[in-house]
Amino acid sequence: MINTKVNLCGVELKNPVIAASGTFGFGREYGEYFPLSKLGGICTKGLTLNKKDGNQGIRIYEVTGGLLNSIGLQNPGIDSFIEEELPFMEKQDTVILANVGGSTIDEYIKSIEKLNETNIDIIELNISCPNVKQGGMAFGIKSEIAYKVVSEVKDVCKKPLIVKLSPNAENIVQMAESCKKAGADGLSLVNTFSGMAIDINTRKPVFKNTIAGLSGPCIKPIALRMVYEVSKAVDIPIIGIGGILDYKDAIEFIMAGAHAIQVGSGNFIKPDICLDIIHGIEKFMEDEEIKSIEEIRGIIGRDIIC
Amino acid sequence: MKQPYVKGIIHSNNQISTNIYELKIEIKGIASNVYYGEPGQFYMIRGWGLDPFLSRPISICDVSSDMITFLYEIRGKGTYIISKLKKGDTLELLGPLGNGFNMNLEGNIAIISGGIGIAPMIYLTKKLDANIDFYCGFRNEVYYVEKIKNHVNNVFISTEDGSIGHKGFVTELFIPERYDLVLTCGPIPMMRRVVEICKEKVSVYISMESRMACGVGACLGCTIETISGMKRVCKEGPVFLGEEVVFHD
Repeated sequence: MINTKVNLCGVELKNPVIAASGTFGFGREYGEYFPLSKLGGICTKGLTLNKKDGNQGIRIYEVTGGLLNSIGLQNPGIDSFIEEELPFMEKQDTVILANVGGSTIDEYIKSIEKLNETNIDIIELNISCPNVKQGGMAFGIKSEIAYKVVSEVKDVCKKPLIVKLSPNAENIVQMAESCKKAGADGLSLVNTFSGMAIDINTRKPVFKNTIAGLSGPCIKPIALRMVYEVSKAVDIPIIGIGGILDYKDAIEFIMAGAHAIQVGSGNFIKPDICLDIIHGIEKFMEDEEIKSIEEIRGIIGRDIIC
Repeated sequence: MKQPYVKGIIHSNNQISTNIYELKIEIKGIASNVYYGEPGQFYMIRGWGLDPFLSRPISICDVSSDMITFLYEIRGKGTYIISKLKKGDTLELLGPLGNGFNMNLEGNIAIISGGIGIAPMIYLTKKLDANIDFYCGFRNEVYYVEKIKNHVNNVFISTEDGSIGHKGFVTELFIPERYDLVLTCGPIPMMRRVVEICKEKVSVYISMESRMACGVGACLGCTIETISGMKRVCKEGPVFLGEEVVFHD
């Protein structure tokens, strides 16, 4: 008998597959295509204390092997989320991760105090959104600044705290170590890479903000390497994210050291891609006679520190 | 549960004008009484692996008991690949998606299309039980009007180079006071102009176009600004009341 359950910072997930923030709304839309209860978890759209309308102009631009996005954290705000979206999510019998963004430490703290009083399972602290001016990414670049944010948030946070890291951090391993030292219970990586595109006819950047976030299979090898390096450096649970499209990608992240994985852009190419990945992991475990995820987690370079 | 991507078999895929193709697809393994969608709704279509990464939103042109017709223009890699497909090749379709045109309409209706915005109009004119005048603008080559003219009272054509019909924009032909309602699909500057002309005279429904990733309302990539907040073209739209849309330069 295989067991796909994983323990993520004290929270049990049915399987390691989580729908990634910003690609899955609050689950309503994809819930029309498959039962959300099949998922290990759902990570909400990035939430801010107050409602945000997001960015103007083009928000999506396809590139080879993925896409650039500049949504700008459009979300209903924490209060509306708790009132209108959370009751729906609570009915889905899956773990709820609330992704929280902010532009000041005070804003993060106020949001988290509100979420403390709800049934959400885990906070995913977004210190890495590239698409909002002061939208968190400033916190995600320098380890000293991240340390300050995470430790102040940790002081008030009553839920397991997972910090979502930016691949744009100056040094991803140092960043991970700082977040752990500041009290993070886990880490998720990576958020989108800073990228850009230019419209050569208008001679202008495609995006109003010039810089946008790159995701999709094109980032997978880099994300995998970062998960690998971070998992060797810190001993807290890691969620691997970056261009995962099938069970093989997911297993790679697990073998690199991830406790769980998130599927983001993949949802766009097939609404029930998470189900395929879950089934693929099960089949792989059966075929390879792997009894639990733990057996293969972090098996790459276990004794080698690069 | 709704079905994720279903397989469609190409019945025909014919070029009808420069860069414009008519694609007929049979959906495999689905009963003939299946709901193919309403005028103004669309499908996300892909016919390849991972390159291009995203599917292409294409609006329903017409439906029959066992077939969906799409009319599309080659705009980029995705539509180029689709244009090369032949009878018997397969595509994957997700849909019907979004909210189409309101079908409970009466009175004198003007339908205004620009370029490939003619795509949803044949199904719309077939299904609407009303007095319809059809205004269609093109850059130079005129297409598909023949298929629509039997379902409407009058047809007014314009081309930018004057090769057929009025020389100039289709909005110059149109007199809003004659109508109880206006429905339009085409380039955003054209639809914006239609909304301006009709302001305080007659209501306009517009079918918006936007870059989409998920097509189902989750990613917020296609969101537009309206007077009642941000709205998703793929979910609340693509058809919106014109006066609600906030246009940006």
